[in-house]
Amino acid sequence: MSLTTTHPYIEALLKGSRDLPQSPAGWLDARRAQALERANALTVPTTRDEEWRFTDITPLTRIHFQPAQSVTRLALSDIGCFIVPEATVRLVFVDGIFVPELSAVPDSPAGVQVSTLAEAAEARSALLEKHLARHVAFENNLFAALNTSYLRDGALVTTGKNQACAAPVHLLFVATQKETAAYPRCLVIAEPGAECTVIEDFVSLEDGAYFNNAVTEMVVGAGARVRHVRLQRESLNAFHIAHCAVTLDKDASYLSNTVTLGARISRYDLNVAQNGEGAEMRIDGLALISGRQLADTHTLMAHARPNGRSVQVHKTIVDGAAHAVFNGKVFVHEGAQLTDSSQESRNLLLSGRAHIDTKPQLEIFADDVKCSHGATVGQLDAEQLFYLRSRGLSDASARNLLTYAFGAEIIDRIPVRSLLERLERTVLEQTQAAEPETRS
Amino acid sequence: MINANATVLLEVRGLRATVAGVEILKGIDLTVRAGEAHAIMGPNGSGKSTFAKALAGHPAYEVTSGEVLLEGKDLFALSPEERARAGVFLGFQYPVEIPGVSNSGFLRLAYNTVQGARGRDELDPLEFDDFVREKMKLLDMDPGFLDRSVNDGFSGGEKKRNEILQMALLEPKLAILDETDSGLDIDALRVVANGVNRLLTPANAVVLVTHYQRLLNYIVPDYVHVMEGGRIIKTGGKELALELETRGYDWVLEEYKGKTGAEV
Repeated sequence: MSLTTTHPYIEALLKGSRDLPQSPAGWLDARRAQALERANALTVPTTRDEEWRFTDITPLTRIHFQPAQSVTRLALSDIGCFIVPEATVRLVFVDGIFVPELSAVPDSPAGVQVSTLAEAAEARSALLEKHLARHVAFENNLFAALNTSYLRDGALVTTGKNQACAAPVHLLFVATQKETAAYPRCLVIAEPGAECTVIEDFVSLEDGAYFNNAVTEMVVGAGARVRHVRLQRESLNAFHIAHCAVTLDKDASYLSNTVTLGARISRYDLNVAQNGEGAEMRIDGLALISGRQLADTHTLMAHARPNGRSVQVHKTIVDGAAHAVFNGKVFVHEGAQLTDSSQESRNLLLSGRAHIDTKPQLEIFADDVKCSHGATVGQLDAEQLFYLRSRGLSDASARNLLTYAFGAEIIDRIPVRSLLERLERTVLEQTQAAEPETRS
Repeated sequence: MINANATVLLEVRGLRATVAGVEILKGIDLTVRAGEAHAIMGPNGSGKSTFAKALAGHPAYEVTSGEVLLEGKDLFALSPEERARAGVFLGFQYPVEIPGVSNSGFLRLAYNTVQGARGRDELDPLEFDDFVREKMKLLDMDPGFLDRSVNDGFSGGEKKRNEILQMALLEPKLAILDETDSGLDIDALRVVANGVNRLLTPANAVVLVTHYQRLLNYIVPDYVHVMEGGRIIKTGGKELALELETRGYDWVLEEYKGKTGAEV
């Protein structure tokens, strides 16, 4: 029952959502309708909003992105370079649309069940109703509301009680059409004692401007363990806005590696809520950007129960006139005694025009905790450079090696070998192609 | 080994240098010929390390006057990496830790870069692995150090061995070892010193910068220079080191003042 006038840009974005077919689950249609109503009532965030202070998304609002009207026909060979050999299960979405021919879903993959949300809305409606759109709140979040109003397809990954899936599940989102919007959606549920690895991978076969607005929810049961690898390698003209919410039960653990390479403007919000005692989170991030890219990462690690542990290392390597933003909040609620948390924001500026805004925040309402945080912004270390040059390495080669090493610390912790090696090469190539402009 | 007819590797004339605008080196003269071992001794703050770093091209040290010739060519016309390729090696007093860069990768990159610049064959990773393991035996070094990050978490002694390993790989004409003995226990000192001795040939030379005489029991110098106030104020043979050990530096200073009337 919104009384506000709908923002014309939001109106344009929402045009397609009313045409979605009815879902077999009534609750899903109701939730979508709620989200649509909220999207209509909200406005596009500007730099006057505290949460968007450093991230101006005006360029996004210049194009009325619409969902893809047709499915681009791709052969497996078109996406061959993105295939992760370790993954036995792969779901492929092209411009937001699930493509079964490109996907690989074995009948009974060990330890894990993977399906599309559309299938699950019929077969596992009760489970979905309990979790879908329950963890990423859309009431005051335009992009989550937009995504939810378009909720139709997406991925559901579930791991049964005490089941372990050693092979990673690969969720591949391929963009092929410019000026389209896609609304990727994932729900991951690890039952108590379960273990799984999920790779969310955003790639592009199109150089133009398109818009990916993704939402991921993860529910990690008691003693369960989820590893989350997130690769954002969109086209350099793309817009990527994503939200991920993770809920941890007692003794659960969540380990995430996020690598941001692409997009003209990207924003990733990761909220991890430790709702059970003794839960553990380890969050690693690397953004490697250049040119006119902007990469914004907002994280919240919320400790609500005692004995939680959280470790975060977020690194950025910024070249050209690119701009990296990091806002990392650690929140320790009253009663979350004996929380052990550390957070580091480390940033490397490779050019005089590169820009970094970093804001680690710590809010503590318990009195017996161990929390540390810190941020560094700098150029390469002069003593390390001299040491390498004194051994015959050229200035450029010494700089490349040190830049690479800075990023490698994060890459090397990725739990999927082939991705790790591929990313090592990517980082190596990208750091070697870096602009030499301000170097002596 | 002194041979008056040997090639002059290094010729330093009237070298002056500043750090952050403060003059540290106030006119150094030194000639090093092939086959020779020189020791530069002197109290803290006398300018020994500055001299070593200035020769290697550390950007914090600005050369204000004088000249340095490496085999007759102007050393200061070369960048630090060109000096390394031309045969200058600085063994660091405090070897720099580089987390994230594997020691083996670094050693191979340095080796191949220098080999390439000298028109010699480079080695692929497998060949290099055999080669470097052989060199590590010389220094009684555990091959495990290849898999770690450069100097990262190495003990003082391990870092110094890693320095001499680099010297062994890069085969310098002129090695300047800055306090290579500091932080070494007596066993490690012997191993490192023996390693250096085995690398010395009639064609190359070493300049040892040190506080203490004990290193010179193992690497016997042909010349001992005493540095004070940014100048070399006395030069003698190996016996000078022993005399410094028992009598300290003050008498050298007095003698210098008496001779020159200079305030140091």
